[in-house]
Amino acid sequence: MTKYAVETSDLCRDFKVRQVKGESKKSTVHALENANIQIKEGELFGLLGPNGAGKTTLIKILCTLLLPSSGTAKVMGHDVNTHCQDIRQKINMVSGGETSGYGLLTVRENLWMFSQFYGMPSKLAKRRIDNMLEIMDLSDKKDAKVRTLSTGQRQKANMIRGFMTDPDLIFLDEPTLGLDVNASRLIRDFIHKWMKDKPSRTVLLTTHYMVEAEELCDRVAIIDNGKVLACDTPHNLKKLISKESALKLQIKQIADVKPFESIPGVRNFSFKHDPTTGTTDLKFILEDEAIVADIISEIPKCGSKIISVEKTEPTLEDVFVALVGRGLHGDE
Amino acid sequence: MAMSMNRRVFKWSTWLGWQLESNWTDPFPFIIYSIAKPIAGSLILVVMYSIIAGIGGQTDIGLFHYMYVSNAFFMFVAQVLFGITWVIHDDREHYRTLKYLYISPSNFFVYMMGRTISKLLVTTLAVIVTMAFGVFFLGVPLDILGVNWLLFIVVMFIGLACVMSFGLALAGLSFLTAKHSMGMNEGVAGIFYMFCGVIFPISILPAWGISLAKVLPVTYWLELIRRTLDLGVGIDTALAGISTVDSLWILSISTIVFAIISVGIFKLGDYVARSRGLIDMTTAY
Ligand SMILES: Nc1ncnc2c1ncn2[C@@H]1O[C@H](COP(=O)(O)OP(=O)(O)OP(=O)(O)O)[C@@H](O)[C@H]1O
Ligand SMILES: [Mg+2]
Repeated sequence: MTKYAVETSDLCRDFKVRQVKGESKKSTVHALENANIQIKEGELFGLLGPNGAGKTTLIKILCTLLLPSSGTAKVMGHDVNTHCQDIRQKINMVSGGETSGYGLLTVRENLWMFSQFYGMPSKLAKRRIDNMLEIMDLSDKKDAKVRTLSTGQRQKANMIRGFMTDPDLIFLDEPTLGLDVNASRLIRDFIHKWMKDKPSRTVLLTTHYMVEAEELCDRVAIIDNGKVLACDTPHNLKKLISKESALKLQIKQIADVKPFESIPGVRNFSFKHDPTTGTTDLKFILEDEAIVADIISEIPKCGSKIISVEKTEPTLEDVFVALVGRGLHGDE
Repeated sequence: MAMSMNRRVFKWSTWLGWQLESNWTDPFPFIIYSIAKPIAGSLILVVMYSIIAGIGGQTDIGLFHYMYVSNAFFMFVAQVLFGITWVIHDDREHYRTLKYLYISPSNFFVYMMGRTISKLLVTTLAVIVTMAFGVFFLGVPLDILGVNWLLFIVVMFIGLACVMSFGLALAGLSFLTAKHSMGMNEGVAGIFYMFCGVIFPISILPAWGISLAKVLPVTYWLELIRRTLDLGVGIDTALAGISTVDSLWILSISTIVFAIISVGIFKLGDYVARSRGLIDMTTAY
């Protein structure tokens, strides 16, 4: 039986908001509507959606900050309504783009204090804090007061706070928001490695960056207006809108292109010799991109060599636009 | 496990509170502040006493001692009542740590207790400064050797437990209020100030006021403090008939009752906050 780290069923969350400030008439915002999401243990799961889609709301419910309006949500097998203490033993959360921490204390003091609020044994806590400061490239700031850190440095410190307790499940709400390219890279690599080090660990992250979702996530749910529109691997999501993928190859000129036509799964094949450069351009439309490997392995057999490969396929962004009806950043 | 965890949380939240309250990175202003403020408070009392004495033609210096001691120890009540709401609001909106504390496995109630204790520690300093100033410069006749210190410690212990339970109830309610709304605490502190024998004996209140005063545990606490320190005793004729032992009983029992109610209020506040999404609320100004 698969163990689920997160399992929601018909999860709804409404907010009552005053339409006009000071006025008593209230309207209801459906931040989540019948969300059904299952995240397996060991999965790196991504939530993708435009602003106001309900991503943060879902995370808040799952990490016991917010109660659902209706429906159920289970985290590590425990109901968020009734067993939040059991959940809190196993999770942690980091939200990006905010400056959290006691400015008067040093980075280490902040982290140490939180390690104690998680009941971490002293030695382990010290070792882990130092180790993670190293990984996050923050060692030279360990004795600096938090208020003297830059936004990005504070965010890294916040990441350490989240990961140092070694949670079974961690929620990351836009972990790379506002970070520079190097810092984002560092964090993505860290998340990736963290998952690899212990395969039972689970991550639920939200992001606005397609690359991040595509590169990191085992599965992605696309949500908009509180509804889950699709949920699958990035690969399968892309197949949703186009089952085919195209491959362009340039190889050292060959006389006979016949063998390529007969590779199973090739739907369409065309070629062009270019005598001036001594190359042949091949173009394939494939039923499945797994066939790419077959094609590549055919080339040396024909006595040729690959000069360049270009694969064109729908991006996650294309999927997003197709499902949500608009781009992630409002640009259609 | 749970016990040692609570001990850690208590220890480090007390430490945190102490760091934030006392700001040792800048000890000079802190020390000036913690000396100057209580002394200024004492001087205001002198003025108030002169006015009261002037209007009423009352010259009983015992009244001054009554006011002085009561005010000094009332600082504990005021500090906790005001301070606890700041703790919640600052952790939530200024430091943005409240949500992370909240989702940790630690007992949030214990965390708040730690933060409250550190407030009490800082306040103790101010109370000692005030009392010392009174003794040395204003002729407050404190006979240090004559005080029953054991009784004093017992009274302080129960009294502070009582004040803390008020604080924790307010902490639960502070989840629900926004940063700029301090009215609730001012209200509660104001009631205590008027009806617990702080600036005047409750005996000068109308009958209904005396009845109200007599259900508030702070009234008994302050009276017991005055009696153990033997300052301003007998001024409050409304309390004179209640023996020290009886006062101690009333204080203990009402403290237990308030503590139980506080836990309930805290839990209710917590639940309402979680269902309304207020744990990580930030208010736009
Ligand atoms: N505390 C609240 N009170 C009222 N409405 C809220 C509250 N929190 C969220 N909402 C509303 O719920 C909806 C979902 O918000 P949520 O923060 O979950 O979006 P999101 O997907 O995280 O967006 P973003 O990408 O901008 O972070 C929004 O319409 C928002 O206005
Ligand atoms: Mg969000």
